[in-house]
Amino acid sequence: MINKQINSVEEAVAEIHDGATVMIGGFGEAGSPIELIHALIDQGAKDLIVVNNNTGSGHVGLAALIENRRVAKMICSFPKSANSLVFPDLYTKGEIELELVPQGTLAERIRAGGAGIPAFYTATSVGTPLAEGKEVRNINGRDFVLEYGLTADFALIKCLKADRYGNLIYNKTARNFAPVMAMAANTTIVQTKEFVPVGDLDPETVVTPGIFVDQVITVSDPLHESVLVNAGESYP
Amino acid sequence: MSEQIIGWDREQMAQRAAQDIPNGAYVNLGIGIPEKVVRYVLEGREVIYHTENGLLGMGDAPAPGEEDPELINAGKKLVTAIPGAAYFHHADSFSMIRGSHIDICVLGAMQVAKNGDLANWSTGNPDAIPAVGGAMDLVAGVKTINVITQHVTKKGYPKLVEKCTFPLTGQAVVSRIYTDLAVIDVTAEGFKIVELAPGVDFDYVQERTGCTLVAA
Repeated sequence: MINKQINSVEEAVAEIHDGATVMIGGFGEAGSPIELIHALIDQGAKDLIVVNNNTGSGHVGLAALIENRRVAKMICSFPKSANSLVFPDLYTKGEIELELVPQGTLAERIRAGGAGIPAFYTATSVGTPLAEGKEVRNINGRDFVLEYGLTADFALIKCLKADRYGNLIYNKTARNFAPVMAMAANTTIVQTKEFVPVGDLDPETVVTPGIFVDQVITVSDPLHESVLVNAGESYP
Repeated sequence: MSEQIIGWDREQMAQRAAQDIPNGAYVNLGIGIPEKVVRYVLEGREVIYHTENGLLGMGDAPAPGEEDPELINAGKKLVTAIPGAAYFHHADSFSMIRGSHIDICVLGAMQVAKNGDLANWSTGNPDAIPAVGGAMDLVAGVKTINVITQHVTKKGYPKLVEKCTFPLTGQAVVSRIYTDLAVIDVTAEGFKIVELAPGVDFDYVQERTGCTLVAA
């Protein structure tokens, strides 16, 4: 019997090793798998390369992972936002590396990685500092920049409903990067609000087919990052 | 600079930009004054708003008690979804952008050059934390890029210039600019005045612009 359900967040993140590339879903707090991130902090893996659109807020979730010095490098599009304190501080001190990628290029690099496409050309960033050092090719009269697909050892994502095959549906704009990250990682670890019997999800509405998912842990009452940030919480 | 307010205020700039959004358009609005455009779309025109974090059919801010922290816009503000809205993942969202399916994007600017070059993401200051978001994808992919901006910086320097000194977001991408003083098109001859704000004349705008303007 196929059963991707596991029993604890500790078990979910147990295999994540030092130096691993970890894609973490979420756009701001929407879709951020905060329980999995906190379990990863407890687990202790370090020198991680983390792919996320942002760098977290306050002192919880992704920001706490960075603050606990587990992240060597961030690959993201927007590393500063309201309540983002930890990353800017370490970056200014030269203690964390940044690869800045335009948001659509980031999404497409992850999609391409998951789809077995090693590289692609895009008009995004042509003539800007973010294209410096990259191959530019003129196709049908327009310049395009070569960008490489992005894969990862692990993806940590959050969804609304999952079954034991790993089929997933999401909640509203919490979907964001999760479906493409699930495709691009060797091991995709999912925290779901609800775990449902196989057959409950309408096949017409499944967003991430279970083939892209390896482990599912139920977190029925997830923390909200903004609530923790407003309360001044920090992790651990 | 004169101390009295001359020209359009922020609301009027947004209102003027909204007049150019046609019925049926798919529109992406940047953060700041562009967000206000949604309030002024002309009656009888149905417009679908795209937010790049995965929603077509973005509605207003939620009523108290209706908030969902997982329903936000690109500025990470709480929003709603209109009836007929659709959610999608980030690669699909940027396929809409990069694939030229979005009709109009209205953005803010730090500088616009007379050839339509746009700088709106970085001052190039080495101490700053660089952050680009979706701006480079939007200007590379959306059919029409319009800019809303004050005509000059807080210190009085022109934002409409011969050549951008800040790092570019995109090359030759801007079509039309709405400032507090005028509506200006980017043309082969340079910046061309389309409309002047009430009480503003050509010379007043020219004095505050970093290159030669073409009269209407």
